[in-house]
Amino acid sequence: MKLAGKVALITGAGSGMGRTASSIFAAEGAAVAAVDLNEAAANETARQIATQGGKSFGLHADVSNAGDAEAMVAQTIARFGRLDVLYNNAGIEGEAAFLAQFSNEAFDRVIAVNLRGVFLGMKAALPHMIQRGGSIINTASMAATVAQKGGAAYCAAKAGVVALTKVAALEYARYNIRVNCICPGAVETPMLERLAERHGATPSQVFANVAAIGRAAAPEEIARVALFLASDDSSYATGSTFQIDGGSMLG
Amino acid sequence: MKPANKVALITGAGSGQGKAVAMLFANEGAAIAAVDIDEGAARQTAAEIAGLEGRSIALRADVSQDQDCAAMVAATLERFGQIDVLYNNAGIEGDIKADALSVENFDHVLAVNLRGAFLAMHYTIPHMVKRRSGVVINVSSIAAITAIPGPPGYAVSKAGLIALTRTTGVMYARDNIRINCILPGPVDTPFYQRTTGAAATASGQMFVASPLGRPARPEEIAKVALFLASDDAAFAAARPFIIDGGWTTGSFS
Repeated sequence: MKLAGKVALITGAGSGMGRTASSIFAAEGAAVAAVDLNEAAANETARQIATQGGKSFGLHADVSNAGDAEAMVAQTIARFGRLDVLYNNAGIEGEAAFLAQFSNEAFDRVIAVNLRGVFLGMKAALPHMIQRGGSIINTASMAATVAQKGGAAYCAAKAGVVALTKVAALEYARYNIRVNCICPGAVETPMLERLAERHGATPSQVFANVAAIGRAAAPEEIARVALFLASDDSSYATGSTFQIDGGSMLG
Repeated sequence: MKPANKVALITGAGSGQGKAVAMLFANEGAAIAAVDIDEGAARQTAAEIAGLEGRSIALRADVSQDQDCAAMVAATLERFGQIDVLYNNAGIEGDIKADALSVENFDHVLAVNLRGAFLAMHYTIPHMVKRRSGVVINVSSIAAITAIPGPPGYAVSKAGLIALTRTTGVMYARDNIRINCILPGPVDTPFYQRTTGAAATASGQMFVASPLGRPARPEEIAKVALFLASDDAAFAAARPFIIDGGWTTGSFS
């Protein structure tokens, strides 16, 4: 088991990649704090883990809120006594509009969740990781390097996550805290279904040609990369961007 | 894969990272074609694998030579029947004290580090296409994306490997062949020990440090190779992966 005895906090754990990663981390021996804005979804993830014989509890947090970010870390430590792995995965797609039509409020909301949320999560967790080291994984996106029409907020936030990852890696390497990010391409998640709906199509129709591999990823194919980054198998990786997008001509 | 019952052809397997990859993959159950220009070193790796009751053959090849690459692939297929993983690791630093504009030095480094990987792919990928299965891992370097003073052949060859990885990676993804590359930072190998002295002269202590404060152990790169060779990396294709202890993240001070 790659995470035996470890404690992991995963945001956006109520669906998609976050739920799958929660399940895989627990199966590899970690106790998992499953955090989601949707508390029922977080609790369902924890329940599924318990059914498999793993340790978990569900927790509500809006990661864009500093008080929520601090509370999710504090409750994880109160419950499990430590924090070894933080997986900042919560994110929203926001609205799609060309820049001149992009509402200021929608821009701020995407930045608040997708970028400020990552900042707040790390800020809350780092002081608890300094003593024994740890691993932080941030979910960026292919959109960090490949522009998307309508993506003013999303692309900017995800590029910000890449930069924030490098800064944190550089600052905390001396404490043996590794910080990396994953840039997934198209992944079969509820978010992808919503995006496909905008185009009046199924995810596989819209996104089959995004990746050279010719399909979208299963959530597990991203979660397994997160497991690698959470584990000691990646002990010399820090500050890196893992582009897991099935191959693309761009980016 | 899980490496059991898989076959990996590893160049530069006589020392350093290549040897660490050979040992780790063998330990996971893969059969190994251990290739090196130093036949004695290749044999030593194969002998150590045999000591673990693993399956291995030792092959001599100068990867810059077309015939050598053809022969190493043919010999591997003859012995093991298939190649699941090609690990293009053989590489030289060239004469790091040579004139930066030495044509001979440039050609030699490019021939081994870049042409060698291309030749190995030339002979291996058609076999993988037929089976609609395979993994290629090219060993590039952070030299490809930084600017370290010295004869440019090394950095150019390693940057070329990224381009080789990206173009072939998108071409063969639909044949279920995943082609990626690793960009290690400093790794504690004979290669590193040969080069750090000169590089330190050129660029101060920069080269020997990394934010993690140490070079990588060869095993740490080998574990990344194992990850990329496994189904855990099933959606990773045509991409460079930087494993450098934070070396390229930013300013040290």
